[in-house]
Amino acid sequence: MTMTANEARDLPGAVKAVKEGYTVHDSSADYQTVGSPFVAEPKMRIRNVDVFYGSEQALFNVSVDIGKNEVIAMIGPSGCGKSTFLRSINRMNDTIDICKVSGSFILDEDDIYAKSMDVVALRARVGMVFQKPNPFPKSIYDNVAYGPKLHGLVSRKSDLDEVVETSLKRAGLWGEVKDRLLKPGTGLSGGQQQRLCIARAIAISPDVILMDEPCSALDPIATARIEELIAELSENYTIAIVTHSMQQAARVSQRTAYFHLGKLIEVNDTERVFTNPEHELTEAYITGRFG
Amino acid sequence: MIEDHQKKAEQVARGLKRRYRAEKRFRFYGIMAVAFGLLAVAVLFTDIITKGSGAFRQTYIQLTVHYDPEVLDITDLRDESQVALGNFSGVIRQGLYDRFPQFSSRNDKRELNKMISSGEGFELRDRLVENPSLLGRSETLWLVADDDIDTYFKSYGDSGGAFTGRVSETQRAVVEGLKQSGDIRLKLNTNFFTKGDSREPEQAGIWGAVVGSFFTLVITLALSFPIGVAAAIYLEEFAPRNRWTDLIEVNINNLAAVPSIIFGLLGLAIFINFFEVPRSIPVIGGLVLTLMTLPTIIITSRAAIKAVPPSIREAAIGIGASPMQVVMHHVLPLAMPGMLTGAIIGMAQALGETAPLLMIGMVAFIVDIPSGPASPATVLPVQIFLWADSPERAFVEKTSAAIMVLLAFLILMNTTAIWLRKRLERRW
Ligand SMILES: Nc1ncnc2c1ncn2[C@@H]1O[C@H](COP(=O)(O)OP(=O)(O)OP(=O)(O)O)[C@@H](O)[C@H]1O
Ligand SMILES: [Mg+2]
Repeated sequence: MTMTANEARDLPGAVKAVKEGYTVHDSSADYQTVGSPFVAEPKMRIRNVDVFYGSEQALFNVSVDIGKNEVIAMIGPSGCGKSTFLRSINRMNDTIDICKVSGSFILDEDDIYAKSMDVVALRARVGMVFQKPNPFPKSIYDNVAYGPKLHGLVSRKSDLDEVVETSLKRAGLWGEVKDRLLKPGTGLSGGQQQRLCIARAIAISPDVILMDEPCSALDPIATARIEELIAELSENYTIAIVTHSMQQAARVSQRTAYFHLGKLIEVNDTERVFTNPEHELTEAYITGRFG
Repeated sequence: MIEDHQKKAEQVARGLKRRYRAEKRFRFYGIMAVAFGLLAVAVLFTDIITKGSGAFRQTYIQLTVHYDPEVLDITDLRDESQVALGNFSGVIRQGLYDRFPQFSSRNDKRELNKMISSGEGFELRDRLVENPSLLGRSETLWLVADDDIDTYFKSYGDSGGAFTGRVSETQRAVVEGLKQSGDIRLKLNTNFFTKGDSREPEQAGIWGAVVGSFFTLVITLALSFPIGVAAAIYLEEFAPRNRWTDLIEVNINNLAAVPSIIFGLLGLAIFINFFEVPRSIPVIGGLVLTLMTLPTIIITSRAAIKAVPPSIREAAIGIGASPMQVVMHHVLPLAMPGMLTGAIIGMAQALGETAPLLMIGMVAFIVDIPSGPASPATVLPVQIFLWADSPERAFVEKTSAAIMVLLAFLILMNTTAIWLRKRLERRW
């Protein structure tokens, strides 16, 4: 089942009126993404998204689906709006005063930007892993236990212990830290810290995990560990990952989205994007002509 | 090409020399600046310590006193008015006459009367009340000498000869006599550490001012720390950035620059004239000093909050912490050392503040040790001001001694601030 962007406009919760006074789209803003942005079994349906920082428009009419249990990679030159897009999926952009988001984001059946949507509850469903590992200056145990405690997911200490253990195991960190759970998380190596952050994100069992360049601060071995991890996690989670490494996108993702200057140029199966891209801009990028 | 290379190396070498010279020069300036600062501190401290150390010791005279009911004019110790009116200084005088029978002329007796501090009568009264069986008996005591005698006795061994000042021939002979028999001596000045202010330098103590300062600072801290931290958190974490918050920001900075005496005037106008709170009490002092320290605390707290890495905040938000939880679980614990340091530095400023307290009447002459934040009090710096203004020579050393006490507290507070910061600081 595919859908055109125009059909998508009629989805519930689509915010049509952007605050007056913003620059109106020029004709190129109505660009239609090529390839197959929409899938049969979507976890998230994202339609006609515009994002503004003040009067600067960072995203133009982006529409895409994120499928259940798929890994979708987002690539594109620096400043093209990948992080902006990712951060609007779990409303991290709410913390930026000048940032205004319009369009519709439907997670399962719920409109993420609806008045009735509680951001705190949303972030229990959509977790995030950041570019720079950012463990709390607390113990390894407390880092992982923080989310479940915050959302009241466990009531007994033994349950919490179990959640911490399974999360660390899934993040592939358990073996390395099981004897030092009460040591500070900031004392781990960069790669371990990033896996700790992933453990922290999956401890609240989110449906979707957003990763913004999770390996950019890591060496190749640590990167390989995380890539393996992403493959394992995709059995249970839906993952959207931003990356600057095309090899990485090729290795971990099923579909790849190419952004360019705030527009979503092309979404296709990863293999197709890297072997036979549909759009010339995508081709220029993957062949290294810019970016 | 090779020549060019050499030329370049030479050029760099020449530049290097100049750079090193500049660096050396700069280091020299730096050392000079630090040395100047240290020198100033050293001069200040030696001056104060040489002047003030005398105040920690006090001349005492050993004397046998007879609690003669006739002289005292006390028949019944249970009668409070009798005890209150009892002629205890008469008892001391009689003790002196008995000790020095050779000075029997009226003039000599008058000189003798001035040997012992006039406050010691109260000392005897307290002893008698505590131990009624003393009535009609004698005991030998060390009594505090009068301030003129004290000054004279302390200067005894001075190279330029003793400072006789207002001490008469007779008194000098008496001191000589006492010295022969070992009945005059310098002892630890307990009055200085346990009593409030007094017109008699030998009876004046710093304790009243210390307690007053303590109550004032407790009020200041209890008000300014929570208010300051709450304001800082609101401004940093919750307030929208707009013209109003800009205005508030500018005014907080302005407030920090307002001369402190203005806060005193404000306190006088609002608390005392309008709300008619009694003057001279630590509550008002604390309120005024709160106004003064608030900007400092707000500014340092905001800086501490700003220093919390944004990545920690993002991590917490990303996992679903509400703004309040982000603050309580992450920002506050990480910013706390900085906030505490700011608070202690603010308190140290408040401890040394004089001008605004003069305006609200904390400059009154108060003998009693304040019993609470609502009883009249003075504070350390005001006490220094009062003593520095007193004509009696013995107050000179008291002034310096009080400065030493104040400095000791300041050093203690600043050390605590550094220790706290080192202790609580966490590294990311
Ligand atoms: N907080 C902000 N305020 C104003 N403009 C912003 C902000 N964040 C991003 N932008 C702008 O939005 C555009 C997209 O930025 P974004 O961070 O999404 O790019 P990106 O694709 O993630 O780049 P990179 O690959 O370098 O991380 C850029 O032009 C950037 O300048
Ligand atoms: Mg980015």
